[in-house]
Amino acid sequence: MLNAMECAVDAQSLISISLRKIHNSRTQRGGIKLHKNLLVSYVLRNARQLYMSEKYAEIYRMQQYEEVMTVCNEIQELNPLEEEVMEPASPCPSATQAVAAAEATVEELAKDPSVGTFYRSCCCAAASTNEPEEDLEEYPLNSCDFSPPACTRTTVLDLDTHVVTTVENGCLHQDCCPCQSAGSLAPAPPRKRKPDFGYDAPELPDFAPCKRARFEDFSAAVASSTVTAATESPEPSNISNLISIFGSGFTGLVSRQADTEQSLNGQFCSKQALASLGAWTRAIVAF
Amino acid sequence: MHLFEGDQGECLKADIISTVEFNHTGELLATGDKGGRVVIFQREQESKNQPHRRGEYNVYSTFQSHEPEFDYLKSLEIEEKINKIRWLPQQNAAYFLLSTNDKTVKLWKVSERGRRPEGYNLKDDDGRIRDPSTITMLRVPVLQPMDLMVEATPRRVFSNAHTYHINSISVNSDYETYMSADDLRINLWNLEITNRSFNIVDIKPANMEELTEVITAAEFHPNQCNTFVYSSSKGTIRLCDMRAAALCDKHSKFFEEPEDPSNRSFFSEIISSISDVKFSHSGRYMMTRDYLTVKVWDLNMESRPLETYQVHDYLRSKLCSLYENDCIFDKFECVWNGSDSVIMTGSYNNFFRMFDRNTKRDVTLEASRENSKPRAILKPRKVCVGGKRRKDEISVDSLDFSKKILHSAWHPTENIIAVAATNNLYIFQDKVN
Repeated sequence: MLNAMECAVDAQSLISISLRKIHNSRTQRGGIKLHKNLLVSYVLRNARQLYMSEKYAEIYRMQQYEEVMTVCNEIQELNPLEEEVMEPASPCPSATQAVAAAEATVEELAKDPSVGTFYRSCCCAAASTNEPEEDLEEYPLNSCDFSPPACTRTTVLDLDTHVVTTVENGCLHQDCCPCQSAGSLAPAPPRKRKPDFGYDAPELPDFAPCKRARFEDFSAAVASSTVTAATESPEPSNISNLISIFGSGFTGLVSRQADTEQSLNGQFCSKQALASLGAWTRAIVAF
Repeated sequence: MHLFEGDQGECLKADIISTVEFNHTGELLATGDKGGRVVIFQREQESKNQPHRRGEYNVYSTFQSHEPEFDYLKSLEIEEKINKIRWLPQQNAAYFLLSTNDKTVKLWKVSERGRRPEGYNLKDDDGRIRDPSTITMLRVPVLQPMDLMVEATPRRVFSNAHTYHINSISVNSDYETYMSADDLRINLWNLEITNRSFNIVDIKPANMEELTEVITAAEFHPNQCNTFVYSSSKGTIRLCDMRAAALCDKHSKFFEEPEDPSNRSFFSEIISSISDVKFSHSGRYMMTRDYLTVKVWDLNMESRPLETYQVHDYLRSKLCSLYENDCIFDKFECVWNGSDSVIMTGSYNNFFRMFDRNTKRDVTLEASRENSKPRAILKPRKVCVGGKRRKDEISVDSLDFSKKILHSAWHPTENIIAVAATNNLYIFQDKVN
């Protein structure tokens, strides 16, 4: 019996299996079993941590590659005969250009299915490489896809120094964010991608009750690989429902992990990540 | 190690058995099933004519304890499955037991009627009212013997006290109170009073997002009426003293074994969740069951268990598959024998395991009709973990995970065990030479 079963030990399959169990538990006779869903959420958290640590490692490798390319291009720029090549990480003086560059980055990286999902809702800050001492321009990363009714924190990413910091702005809506004046962010419209584990997408909207499922600020440490800078413990942001998590692949499961350093070593569970567990429990309760 | 002979297998054609419990003398054996029914077996009186039929168990009473309900407010169906049955000690000719589903506990009175009154004046023997004008003389009704009838009547219904699913009930040694535990709360009841209960444990966090563990089982101490324990999904046990405070959120003792970091996996939290906790008869020890092990704890030592027994460690490498097919969530129970020297628990493929605490020997037996004829001696089984499989061994991959023994019971004084295998009940007795 065990032989015939295909055992999916990789994090991504475990995540999808777990989400399917949570989904099925809603229609089970006798009501939602709190104990079982709690245990499933632990598996989700463990798988997510491993998944994230793998992703960070990959992004870090990509970032290093880009830096190398940038240096090469700068060398090329010194030669006026060479055609100027716009690289995603090259300096852009104006905010709008920065955004354009960011979106270009998003587009480009989106082509790579394994990495693109990370950048879906993030906007990159581009600091001028000519003035490394300049304060980084901060753009909020927001869960704009999900129209959160309230966001108490925004997380910003500095692509240059790869620092992720959390800013408490106390705004109630993303439109009120003072950071937004730095440039129109053109938030991506809520996209409900067809989840990749076989759900019926039309069925899922039933999931969205008045109660919100709260999850981590998923867009937070998305692009950051040096998460040692991200020391804040994960705070839940408001995401409307589980569908969005499904729809966004696994970006919904992204969160800043102060212990990712440990994760990279393969020890993918730490006690401090318990705070993140709460988000999933709330999702369960919200059902 | 004891040799067990297979007695006649009591085969219930109805649903899956969800709980098994002997009463305090062992004369009665109660089972509850997923259909909300309770079946009580009674042991035959031993007869000199047939000494080898030493007290077999026959059906004594069957009744519908719980029905499916619907919670209109939450649009939830409440299952009628009997989660637990607990007997009250016998105080008169009638028997009393508590049975519970997810939300409601009921006290049932099971009594015999062997006689009925005959000779009423105002009505006939079949109940028809007599015309008073036809009555010419008075007579005194007398009790005449009749065919034995066993009737079960619900005496108390304890409802509307649990938001979450009830997982345990336990009768206090004072025989006046009992407790019921759900995922987050434990309530104390008086057996006589149904409209009030006291909440004695509440682990629900103010913010449900912070929920990290739930209550999985709870039991009163066998002789100290102020003491009880409850186990959690995190593999911890808390012992509480009701004399300390009205709300026993602060434990008196906290039992936890530190986790072995080398065994860490995706499923560490699941397999460390305790599915059952039982005090020994002496009250000196308690036993806990998690997915792969049984542990015996000394109540005086909180730092680690006294003994740990591996039930089916060969499953440790199969946890991912067991997670996929939901088997990893199975809640196995564990039982002590009367003298607390042997512990028993179930496994898959209709296997159950016994561990002798003194000799440190263990045996694996199988509850199946194919493999044991009535009155045959049960043959020990062995699971082949790897390498060459011997003739009688079963390889891990051929185990049937749909056949699981979750519930079993041990007679309080004799070596008689009742083992529930899905919808069949097996009763095994010690072989008498």
